[in-house]
Amino acid sequence: MRIEGKGQIDRNAPLTFKFDGRSYGGFKGDTLASALLANGVKLVGRSFKYHRPRGVLTAGSEEPSALVEIIGAANQTPNVRATVQEVFEGLTARSQNRWPSLRFDALAINDLAAPFLSAGFYYKTFMWPRAFWEGLYEPLIRRAAGLGSLSGKHDEGNYEKAFAFCDLLVVGAGPAGLMAALTAGRAGADVILADEDHRIGGRLLSDDGKIDGLTGPEWVAQVVAELKSLPNVRIMTRTTVTGAYDGGTFAALERVGLHKSGRADLPRECFWRIVAGRTVLAAGAIERPIAFPMNDRPGIMMAGAVRSYLNRYGVVPGRKVTVFANNDSARATARALMAAGVQVAAIIDSRPEASAVEDCPVYLGGQITDTKGRTGLAAISGTHVGGAFQIETDLLAMSGGWNPTLHLTCHMNGRPRWNPEIAAFVPSEGAVPGLRAAGAANGAFSTHACLAEGQRAAIDALAELGRVVAADTLPAAEDAPYRMTPLWQVEGKGRAWLDFGNDVTTKDVKQSAQEGYKSVEHMKRYTTQGMAPDQGKNSNVGALAVLADATGRGIPETGTTTYRPPFVPTSVAAIGAGGRGAGFAPQRFLTSDQASRDRLAPMVEAGLWYRPSYFPKPGEQTWRESCDREVMMVREAVGVADVSTLGKIDIQGRDAARFLDFVYTNTFSTLPVGRVRYGLMLREDGYVFDDGTTARLGENHYLMTTTTAAAGLVMRHLDFVHQAYCADWDLRFISVTESWAQFAIAGPKARDLLNSMLDAPLGDFPFMACGPVQIGGVTARLFRISFSGETGYEIAVPTRYGEALFRDLLARAETMGGGPYGMEALNVLRIEKGFITHAEIHGRVTAFDIGMEKMVSAKKDCIGKAAAARPGLMGAEREQLVGLRPFGDERITSGAHLFVPGLDLTRENSEGYITSVGWSPLFGKDLALGFLKDGRARIGQSIRVIDRLRKIDVLCEVCDPVFLDKEGEKLRA
Amino acid sequence: MRITCPLCGPRDRREFYYYGSDDYLNRVTVEDGIDALDNFLFLRDNPAGVTRDLWYHETGCAQWLRVTRNTVTHEVLGAELVADIKKGAAK
Amino acid sequence: MRYSGLKVITEGLFGNKGWKPAWRDPAPKPEYDVVIIGGGGHGLSTAYYLAKNHGITNVAVLEKGYLGSGNIGRNTTIVRANYYMPGNSEFYSHSLKLWEGLESELNYNVMHSQRGQLILAHSDGQRDTLARRGNAMINQGDDAELWTRDQVRDFAPYLDFEQTRFPIYGGLMHHRGGTARHDAVAWGYARGADRRGVDLIQNCEVTGIDVVDGKVTGVQTSRGAIRAKKVAIIVAGRSSQVAAMAGMRLPIESHILQAYVTEGLKPVIDSVISFGMGHFYISQSDKGGLVFGGDLDFYASYAARGNLPMFEHVMEAGMTLMPMIGRAKILRTWGGIMDMTPDGSPIIDKTGVEGLYLDAGWNYGGFKAVPASGWCMAHLMATDQPHEVAKRFRLDRFRSGHVMDEEGTGSQHNLH
Repeated sequence: MRIEGKGQIDRNAPLTFKFDGRSYGGFKGDTLASALLANGVKLVGRSFKYHRPRGVLTAGSEEPSALVEIIGAANQTPNVRATVQEVFEGLTARSQNRWPSLRFDALAINDLAAPFLSAGFYYKTFMWPRAFWEGLYEPLIRRAAGLGSLSGKHDEGNYEKAFAFCDLLVVGAGPAGLMAALTAGRAGADVILADEDHRIGGRLLSDDGKIDGLTGPEWVAQVVAELKSLPNVRIMTRTTVTGAYDGGTFAALERVGLHKSGRADLPRECFWRIVAGRTVLAAGAIERPIAFPMNDRPGIMMAGAVRSYLNRYGVVPGRKVTVFANNDSARATARALMAAGVQVAAIIDSRPEASAVEDCPVYLGGQITDTKGRTGLAAISGTHVGGAFQIETDLLAMSGGWNPTLHLTCHMNGRPRWNPEIAAFVPSEGAVPGLRAAGAANGAFSTHACLAEGQRAAIDALAELGRVVAADTLPAAEDAPYRMTPLWQVEGKGRAWLDFGNDVTTKDVKQSAQEGYKSVEHMKRYTTQGMAPDQGKNSNVGALAVLADATGRGIPETGTTTYRPPFVPTSVAAIGAGGRGAGFAPQRFLTSDQASRDRLAPMVEAGLWYRPSYFPKPGEQTWRESCDREVMMVREAVGVADVSTLGKIDIQGRDAARFLDFVYTNTFSTLPVGRVRYGLMLREDGYVFDDGTTARLGENHYLMTTTTAAAGLVMRHLDFVHQAYCADWDLRFISVTESWAQFAIAGPKARDLLNSMLDAPLGDFPFMACGPVQIGGVTARLFRISFSGETGYEIAVPTRYGEALFRDLLARAETMGGGPYGMEALNVLRIEKGFITHAEIHGRVTAFDIGMEKMVSAKKDCIGKAAAARPGLMGAEREQLVGLRPFGDERITSGAHLFVPGLDLTRENSEGYITSVGWSPLFGKDLALGFLKDGRARIGQSIRVIDRLRKIDVLCEVCDPVFLDKEGEKLRA
Repeated sequence: MRITCPLCGPRDRREFYYYGSDDYLNRVTVEDGIDALDNFLFLRDNPAGVTRDLWYHETGCAQWLRVTRNTVTHEVLGAELVADIKKGAAK
Repeated sequence: MRYSGLKVITEGLFGNKGWKPAWRDPAPKPEYDVVIIGGGGHGLSTAYYLAKNHGITNVAVLEKGYLGSGNIGRNTTIVRANYYMPGNSEFYSHSLKLWEGLESELNYNVMHSQRGQLILAHSDGQRDTLARRGNAMINQGDDAELWTRDQVRDFAPYLDFEQTRFPIYGGLMHHRGGTARHDAVAWGYARGADRRGVDLIQNCEVTGIDVVDGKVTGVQTSRGAIRAKKVAIIVAGRSSQVAAMAGMRLPIESHILQAYVTEGLKPVIDSVISFGMGHFYISQSDKGGLVFGGDLDFYASYAARGNLPMFEHVMEAGMTLMPMIGRAKILRTWGGIMDMTPDGSPIIDKTGVEGLYLDAGWNYGGFKAVPASGWCMAHLMATDQPHEVAKRFRLDRFRSGHVMDEEGTGSQHNLH
């Protein structure tokens, strides 16, 4: 119910929303949880394992129970904390993990079977019969498990990522964080103040008490106004700092549009990477529950949360309230409720010596030993120093003390320190370099202490950044001592929950210890405590206290499990923002791209590039028809292909020749100017790295080409070899891949086509020549090289002329019976000629394997030469490059294995495999390249090509990999 | 992780490519024998603590760096240009 | 104590008070026939098979932390036998067969679930490479199917077939691939080894290896000296440090591999799906969390925690491949320390020190190898002969050049 006059919601802005199909009213400023509680809705979910009724426990992102699905127009979002989700007009939410309905959940039967579902039960059963695991048991378990559901539809939402930099990052905007930001902001430092709440102020918004005579919200408003006036301070609300990473880098998640309906222009969330010079962790503290019997019913809440709902939202989720605590702080809840006119039935304080000054019954030395109420709390019973009690109550506010929110300090493997004074872990200093904790996050709980620590932390942080700042006078605030006597569990008949999220009780933890799973990590893993959506924020300390008790060890000795990022669950879409569709990787387009698309060429991915697959002509039904035509066109007339994707590296300097001799296996210093040579490159481990042609453009000027796939790798490799092994050499090189558009012109009419375009006809230009030519007044580079086996040229022009040249080449070629050819034809042409690509030099291949061991010059050292001399890299045992062709016209496949006819098809008998296959219209059959054990010695033999995946079994002839024009007469023609 | 490139200043890890230990700087030839090759390419001290390894400022200045850093804490203790280390040393 | 459904019910009826410890907590004896350094999956399975297959039970497993605290406690639980290279192929095939009987072997439900593993192809070339691998799997006696794009679409309609950056051309389905409950594997082997008399000694850190005249004599530990006739180093993630105690330098560089899990969700992904172009793979656990893996963080590290760039890259890969997971929320991220070798394949071998054995270099394939690794390591230690399916996992193969570079990426440790 709402309390008039209380709360920081906007009562002039009523809103309607839906939960499980019913409409309710709320106000701007409400969370879904506060609005539901205001409407008397206590039952909001079902627990993970036992499907027990659950309500709202907390008022923050640590909420373990009130997880709902938010249903949007296009999609749904599971596992949303009702305690964080702000209500907006039209918000639609649905409870989860229940069937058929929240009130009547069939799987609640699990609760009756609870004795048989104790810790680790599934490790001991479901083993027989074996086939039943995948067939029956596991599907049942999977269906019962899980919480919310994904729709299965693509997430079309808009998400963003951003970087930010600052001198000081302040995490949390309660008293400590505000004071830190104010101190640093006034000193002129570049400050980011991030808080996950939609409103700045932290517990100052929830608690009574004055600062400099002002109420918490009033003081906060004054500070926020000043911070906003400082241009060097950035306030980020709805922003949770989720992770601490190396080098002062933090991840943060901002909820940008999740609290607004129908704003497609806003991203739903933004994932921030914040690089901070120094950081103050002022994230506050999380109140911890008490594990008493049957402590999980809707209506049992944290005392601090009850205070928040009252003071921030004007909501009291009950009419007759009891308080159960082991500390003084929960008394504030009772006092605030009474001041608001709410009946407080009793305060049950576990400490026999505590005070009893409140104007309501106070049971000292009290413990709750049972509760009643199926879908909402109805009554509690227990004992106290004066005997037993039984109280009808519909809201229980509990507090087992407070745990500093130190999670970020553990993200870099820092271990927190046990502070027995507050019976809690506190951050270890220096756990995250450059980060210091302040206020409640550091175990200092009074408002005064928070303000003082916040100020001190900022001053110290700035001093490390070289800024000396004097301390201003601190605002006056309460400095009450934090009095608490640990109470971890209450013995009793019923189950006492530690982990509400995963339904882990004190019995489970004890059983874990009894079965030998005594280490805190074993306990966690065996019981699943701490693995639920709250990641143990509510339960870890309590569970390890129970474990410590069960194993007779102290809490510090028992130790903790590790908090890991993210601090709050973070959507895949936010972290992966920008990755949708084509955004995942850059797209590289050729200058001829549009011209190829104009001719309806299907474009295929080649690394990051898009290249034309083939150029269909009217009437051609399949890609094969086009490919066959293009192959014959090149063989009989002339074809044009864009080969600009090949890497091009311009190398200059007095030592350029020497450098090439070093990185290639063969020699380039002897290459005459104006000539091109094929080069083979090894990796330093002796295997083939890449191949390509390199042209000598001048005495000290070379142009290297690489394969498309290895262009970047070769550049990086050359930089390494230069800087690490010959830094003194006179040498410069740069990638010019994108500076030149390059086209292959191949076929018997290639020279005619060229001459029809060049400003002056080509003179003597033999095979493997290169040199400048003029075309339309533009200086181009011409290379007489061929990847098809035909008379071939490659002409390169500055990129800006690429498209025009390509279109012109095609137009002229078509008048000669030629035209463009695509990747498919290019592949067939090179297979016919036995040229290799990375299909062959796939990283496990040596120069010996491809028959190029003679290209490894004996006269000089080169990269990879030493490692290539190892015995395993040569010899008859190795698979060597061969050609393969069926005796008939059967089809064969790349990926097939090679077997000697008559032998069993086993791994041991597999003697090789096919790497490339193409249908050769020239030969009228498939031609293949592949690797065969001792293959060169077996040319002329028959081999069985077996592809068991594609049901291929074809007898082939082993032959030389060069099927066409072995002597290269066509090339030189 | 952030590495301070001697040429470019502090930069995010994602600008760099990692190669491996600075053992790669001690290149060997056939004559040096198999043990030397083993140490150059395969065997590693692989310390849990301070190490020196090679990084390429790929989306920055294209310089190779020798970075001194701690493999347990990820603290970066320094970075030098490989070319500066090797200049003169190659003779 | 034998586990069964009936036992769970009878114990449940009596308040679960009768469960006995899964293993003893013995103090170390002064001497053992075999000391195994490392109480992870591989160490525990080695101890189990030494006892079970070879009758060697005077064995201690020394663990510096808690049992299963290494990579078996922090992986993505994939079990498969889909290797191409001879050497790997038969080894993982053997391991998968052991997995298939592991529940009854150990009387412990490790939840091995053969949900299938689908590797996607994004070009004709990739499809052919997968075909080559799939054929090798069939030749080995394992299962593989080459799926068309339409078959993939029928199986996983939630993949993005329209806009994704690297279109799906098909895939290789390995039906016997799947997942298992990782901790349970460690615990099941631990319980089995303990029942056969092996001493599992936790919180016992080895600080030195005693070698006299080229022969191992024992180890120094945080709980005193222990003599042993044979010592095994089975500490993937820390192999270089422990081997250094015996003066060895290993072909290993340590790298971090991250994994990620979402909050629990109702069943939505049925098998393991691998997306090579994005270095991304995903499955859904029985608890409902989506479990992702990615590639290495790529720099040598012992930090056992991941970095942001790879985290973001993996999520970006998820968004381009299967944007339906966008609204799932990452609950936890973690990192394991991988022994990366120069060819991506492991080492199970004797060392230069007599009586000292090494099981290391599992790169990021160690989880599925746990049964066969223990099986073969136990065989090697008991007989001093390599097991037939692990004979290529030699320590000197880099010197000799007989490498098993499955990826073809060369000797750079972090590229496998």
